[in-house]
Amino acid sequence: MTTVYVSRDSSALSLGAEQVAAAIRAEAAKRNIAIDLVRNGSRGMYWLEPLVEVATEEGRIAYGPVRIGDVPSLFEAGFLQGGSHSLCLGPTDAIPYFKNQERLTFARVGITDPVSLDDYLGHQGFRGLRRALDMEPSAIVDEVTTSGLRGRGGAAFPTGIKWRTVLNTASDIKYIVCNADEGDSGTFSDRMIMEGDPLVLIEGMTIAGLAVGATQGYIYLRVEYPHAHRALNEAIDTAYRSGYLGKDILGSGKSFDLEVRLGAGAYVCGEETSLLESLEGKRGLVRFKPPLPAIEGLFGRPTVINNVISLASVPIILDKGGEYYRDFGMGRSRGTLPIQLAGNIKHPGLIEKAFGITLREILYDYGGGSATGRPIRAVQVGGPLGAYLPESQFDTPLDYEAFSAIWAVLGHGGVVAFDDTVDMAKMARYGMEFCAIESCGKCTPCRIGSTRGIEVIDKIIEGVDREKNLALLRDLSDTLLNGSLCALGGMTPYPVLSALNHFPEDFGISTADKAA
Amino acid sequence: MTEHEWDREHVQEIIRCDKDKPGALLPILHGIQDALGYVPPDSIPLIAGELNLSRAEVHGVISFYHYFRSTPPGKRTIYLCRAESCQAMGSEALETHAKQRLNIDYHETTGDGAFSLEPVYCLGNCACSPSIMIDKDVYGRVTSETFDEIIENMQVDAQ
Repeated sequence: MTTVYVSRDSSALSLGAEQVAAAIRAEAAKRNIAIDLVRNGSRGMYWLEPLVEVATEEGRIAYGPVRIGDVPSLFEAGFLQGGSHSLCLGPTDAIPYFKNQERLTFARVGITDPVSLDDYLGHQGFRGLRRALDMEPSAIVDEVTTSGLRGRGGAAFPTGIKWRTVLNTASDIKYIVCNADEGDSGTFSDRMIMEGDPLVLIEGMTIAGLAVGATQGYIYLRVEYPHAHRALNEAIDTAYRSGYLGKDILGSGKSFDLEVRLGAGAYVCGEETSLLESLEGKRGLVRFKPPLPAIEGLFGRPTVINNVISLASVPIILDKGGEYYRDFGMGRSRGTLPIQLAGNIKHPGLIEKAFGITLREILYDYGGGSATGRPIRAVQVGGPLGAYLPESQFDTPLDYEAFSAIWAVLGHGGVVAFDDTVDMAKMARYGMEFCAIESCGKCTPCRIGSTRGIEVIDKIIEGVDREKNLALLRDLSDTLLNGSLCALGGMTPYPVLSALNHFPEDFGISTADKAA
Repeated sequence: MTEHEWDREHVQEIIRCDKDKPGALLPILHGIQDALGYVPPDSIPLIAGELNLSRAEVHGVISFYHYFRSTPPGKRTIYLCRAESCQAMGSEALETHAKQRLNIDYHETTGDGAFSLEPVYCLGNCACSPSIMIDKDVYGRVTSETFDEIIENMQVDAQ
């Protein structure tokens, strides 16, 4: 029986994958052909979705983007045997966009059935956990430290150090919390993992539990991800039924319980202390630090709180060793970064590469330039709190320190491209507006400064006392940068000032003035 | 304003089901909103009583989170993404069109009760911008034309 793959990833569904899958089923039934239709994650080549793959003796052959109307002709062309068709893309693995990646964390995404334990085990799943079960907690932490893994949520804090702190803090109860509140615009790698390979996250969290002595985990998932919610719950059920979660994991005598909790549309809850408040059933107000969550976190207990990608990278580190992972990357940015390419771009998608690739390679070699065919004028990297980069900075390598050096951030790895029709003053205004909408309200610079920021930018755009208001905007940004309690207020000046500094002409400042 | 009717027994059952979980308030509010479409303001004393919280605390939590609503939504809720990636692909025009087509602004419901419109800041569908979500279904690369088609198909289905 031929196996056909149509993704269940929510972006593929947003382009009609469900209808295409149904049409393939119906057409096969009509022709009396038995097929095995697997709903996999996405390969991350979204301009080709809905992508249909067929397993042949020569490997998986891809067709895409497939619309319902194409289905009869695919059968006519013998696509079940890999037959030629105008939508045929050849072997999926040979498509350069996919072939040239270094997929470690995303090794299974788009390939396996996300909730099939057999598929997971057949693709090196749970090998990291099995190894961790035979190790001392301290040795597990050492392995993660050796890997050089830094928090992929955006702050890039060394994961091993965080885990070491929790391990060394005595407490009868400790927690593992997964930050799955992926609110940054232009990012979707957490979603792809949770929808496309949820078991790897479960495995990573279980290993974290073994490493620090925690027996309860929570995944704090944003409510905007209903498909991820369903996939995670299915995978958690599977893991419980087969002895990978719960009491006495694989007969080891060790336990780990896991539950998904939903957020409720507050961006600030992606900030770790706000998230913990929310998990406790409160308003998501940011906490003062110290104490660090590693010492007093959820319900006042030592807590490992890590992003989805950080935790999902742990199984391969435990399986292949910290050194294997560390050998990818550059400088102090070790391993790989799942880069999410979005916005006005011809070939948007997920590109997992070792740190060090340049923005230009991502935008043009992978992205193929803008979707509209116009020049790419600005790129926002790292979500709504990330800086806008002009063309002159496109040769910056993706590396935490290299970005830091140009007053930008890598964040969670989102790259959003804009063509030359973008109005950067408007984007700067939106930066302040977003901060005003999402501020938790605890600290004054963020709560009030963001609203004052909108007003000042409006005046600059209108040309009212421009010089004075520009000085005011810089002063206000300084207050936000240095006086905010968390990154929401503290980083809003990144998009605002980078837009102003790199694109002053959009604010009514002539470039001659800039030179002077 | 007249209060909307809601099933007290059902809400009590939802609260009882989750009240012993650590950090039970959000799961309870989700349970109520899943069942009723909103969290009735007059259910607050009930929730507060069961969780041993003040009514102010419960109200504070409901009002903090954009997702929780205190009034019944339309039959379907349209979430329109306003974030940067969608802006780069023309979501502003889509936003203007959607408001005109439905004849409502954000946080409002159409006169016939068919649709509510809410802004959302990223659906994680950024590679297929601009995006909307209707209830739990995400739609990518939405144009004014496809928006109308989706809405019209839903109106036909409803009849």
